[in-house]
Amino acid sequence: MAKSQISMTVNGAPVDALVEPRTLLIHFLREQLNLTGPHIGCDTSHCGACTVDLDGKSVKACTVFAVQANGADVRTIEGMAAADGTLHALQEGFREMHGLQCGFCTPGMIMRAYRLLQENSAPTEAEIRFGISGNLCRCTGYQNIVKAIQYAAAKLSGVPFQEAAE
Amino acid sequence: MNDQTLTAEQRAERLQGMGCKRKRVEDIRFVQGKGNYVDDLKLPGMLYGDFARSPHGHARIKKIDTSKAKAVPGVLAVLTAADLKPLSLHYMPTLAGDVAAVLAEDKVLYQNQEVAFVIATDRYVASDAADLVEVEYEALPVIVDPLKAMAPDAPLLREDLKDKMQGAHGQRKHHNHVFNWQIGDKDATDAAFRKADVTIKELISYQRVHPCPLETCQCVASFDKIKGELTVWGTFQAPHVIRTVASLISKIPEHKIHVISPDIGGGFGNKVGAYPGYICAIVASIVTGRPVKWVEDRIENLTTTAFARDYHMSTEIAATKDGKVTGLRVYTIADHGAFDACADPSKWPAGFFNIVTGSYDFPVAHVSVDGVYSNKAPGGVAYRCSFRVTEAAYCIERAMDIMAQKLGIDPAEFRMKNLIRREQFPYTSALGWEYDSGDYHTALRKAMDSVGYANLRAEQKAKQEAFRRGETRDLMGIGVAFFTEIVGAGPSRNCDILGIAMFDSAEIRIHPTGSVIARLGTKSQGQGHETTYAQIIATELGLVADNITVEEGNTDTAPYGLGTYGSRSTPVSGAATAVAARKIKAKAQMIAAHMLEVHDDDLEWDIDRFRVKGNPERFKTMTELAWAAYNSVPPGMEPGLEAVSYYDPPNMTYPFGAYICVVDVDVDTGTTKVRRFYALDDCGTRINPMIIEGQIHGGLTEAFGIAMGQEIHYDDDGNVTTASFLDYFMPTAVETPKWETDWTTTPSPHHPIGAKGVGESPNVGGVPCFANAVNDAFKFLGSTHIPMPHDHWRTWMVADKLGLHA
Repeated sequence: MAKSQISMTVNGAPVDALVEPRTLLIHFLREQLNLTGPHIGCDTSHCGACTVDLDGKSVKACTVFAVQANGADVRTIEGMAAADGTLHALQEGFREMHGLQCGFCTPGMIMRAYRLLQENSAPTEAEIRFGISGNLCRCTGYQNIVKAIQYAAAKLSGVPFQEAAE
Repeated sequence: MNDQTLTAEQRAERLQGMGCKRKRVEDIRFVQGKGNYVDDLKLPGMLYGDFARSPHGHARIKKIDTSKAKAVPGVLAVLTAADLKPLSLHYMPTLAGDVAAVLAEDKVLYQNQEVAFVIATDRYVASDAADLVEVEYEALPVIVDPLKAMAPDAPLLREDLKDKMQGAHGQRKHHNHVFNWQIGDKDATDAAFRKADVTIKELISYQRVHPCPLETCQCVASFDKIKGELTVWGTFQAPHVIRTVASLISKIPEHKIHVISPDIGGGFGNKVGAYPGYICAIVASIVTGRPVKWVEDRIENLTTTAFARDYHMSTEIAATKDGKVTGLRVYTIADHGAFDACADPSKWPAGFFNIVTGSYDFPVAHVSVDGVYSNKAPGGVAYRCSFRVTEAAYCIERAMDIMAQKLGIDPAEFRMKNLIRREQFPYTSALGWEYDSGDYHTALRKAMDSVGYANLRAEQKAKQEAFRRGETRDLMGIGVAFFTEIVGAGPSRNCDILGIAMFDSAEIRIHPTGSVIARLGTKSQGQGHETTYAQIIATELGLVADNITVEEGNTDTAPYGLGTYGSRSTPVSGAATAVAARKIKAKAQMIAAHMLEVHDDDLEWDIDRFRVKGNPERFKTMTELAWAAYNSVPPGMEPGLEAVSYYDPPNMTYPFGAYICVVDVDVDTGTTKVRRFYALDDCGTRINPMIIEGQIHGGLTEAFGIAMGQEIHYDDDGNVTTASFLDYFMPTAVETPKWETDWTTTPSPHHPIGAKGVGESPNVGGVPCFANAVNDAFKFLGSTHIPMPHDHWRTWMVADKLGLHA
């Protein structure tokens, strides 16, 4: 199959590549760029394990062709920690609040939460739950994911995090 | 800060041992996308496999034409049963003593059954070519209703077993019969029913569901022709068993097979068994001499690998008129699908279903289970439970509610009357289990007090009156469930898999500097073993948990073990860990005595050190002893400090819990809103409360999914109508309720640290609790048993049938 030339920015670095037109962004990221943080959990765009940030929006990379990302600015979980290795507030929050177990949904969940907090820096619990409803988790029951996002929201806003009373 | 200046509390705290909310070690890589899952693996020259699958539920294969598929550029080979048959690999043995087709030969027996395996240079090409495999079928009549499988005129499904009426578990009484299994005293039970004041009988069905971890089943097989060695990376909950099975099937010597389970994206029972994809990838790698990756997609996962439940339990309870249970009788039809591939211990074809007397003091009981074949996928795994324990818990907890309703007694009060009393432990149940420990009344009382049970019932009564007056369209339901799990399989006297006793193992090595590597026979799929096993060692040996590496999943390095499922890691490998640590500690004590020039008995353990009794300033810390083990051991002692334990548990463990749920059902939409869910769990000694709470949240959410919407449903033609996340209910953060967790602690008397296991309890107790809540909402209108799942449509139909929409 004839290949198409694409260029994009991935985690701040320029990328040029040849891809088949039908190559999905998720396969491009995972197999050509070796960015295996984003995962594949379903065939129907429901699970969100493949969520990445594309030009300031959360997208499910299983539902975008790599060629559609031509010229785009893409960020994956691998681009979240600082260059010196310091974890992003969300990464820290997920660990502090036990917001993950098997870890398979986590990269997509964190990328979705990242965009959610860009859109709304102080979401309510209901807003968080709605905001991550395109991402499935089979392990945690979401309660600690919600806390993890609240933890990060507080930290990013410079206010102390207080767990809501149970 | 050195040891001299630390208080005892500080020394204990810095160990991060048992009982503390230690943050997880695993998370550091997972939150950065640096987990190492099977599909992340990329080997030079790696090929990809994909299946052509049956569109039919039951059909004869007339012809398979692979020529078009083979002609696709990039396709190296297409395997069919004809290729596997000369190797005797077209069928594989199952854990249940049956065989399962790897690739269908003459017939397909369920939709999406594997027919051909395409091997190509690229996963897209493999998928393209799989679509080009042309198969001519002749459709045959389909059985999807297990209750009709043994009808005299039911079509013959398993032609390969036509003349084999002696099955792995005894005589088969029909061509679609798998086994009959009975336990208990039938005559005494029948007599109890004859004498009973009150009896109830209900067909309680637990629908077919699927564990559905977010990562599907997958593997990479790589055969090295020069060395004659096979390496398989896979999503295996039980890697050692997979290695043994692979050796028995392939005839490759076991020491030349290397099975590696890397990080696993959830298992929940789905990843215990061996599947055609694994066999085909191995064969393909042997044939091509290149690594072959096979990755299931979600539809394949939901429709082919490992369903759970499909138990249809005709349940009867006998009781006195004042509410004391006197007998239990359960007859079950178990739908095993096309092949009996249940992952149960060999001697237990219905798993531990005989835990069905639950938490109650039944003087007599009898259980009979008939397994049947149908045109559905094989499996019958324990989806987040010990073997068939969720089925049993749902059965008894629904039945107890139905009996309470008939007697006119509150369901919590009825349970209180019949719970096994604390002084009865160890308690031998009517169906043969010895419950290790429990304090059931305290747990249920605490649960009732915590939710304000009496007030909830008063509120419900007022709401029911308001409903009758037409002032509200909401029905309030209160679900009560009290469950007893049976986990930690298990004692070698009655538990084995393929003849291998279900022990488990731990090997601990202390390095000279006092840091540690521990390797275990289990395999975490998200349970946090790297964190919690280290906590056990930290407390046992007084070494800092952060200096302890825990490894699992590599059969070359880990001691043999039976893997992680049935909540067995803590009860079995957790025990092995403690036992191995104690062997090390005993040796360290001798070294300490030698160094301090005292007798062994003159020393006492103090958090992280041995000290001289009555002279606490004279001590050797465990770190010092580790160093000494490599240079100054007593005369005649071998140097080094390590130990291994293969732990054969003396008994199962019996975690329990009391759950209460409050729902509001809108009769006009069928919508059920979970107002409150309170879960009290008793898992014995608690190793990491944070992880326990996380396990309970997750298990409750899976229970919520099952009770409120999940079903693997087949239409009459054998088509799976719930084959993707479009139709198979996966709770999102929006639907999922908020969970309240609580606990009591009743240690297991026979476990070295008193721990019982917890991961599956919330699923076992959660499902009946939700179901009882929905049933409770409708009870005052004369409804007795509403089957699961309680989705909006079905609940609306219930309301409609009760005339509530008139």
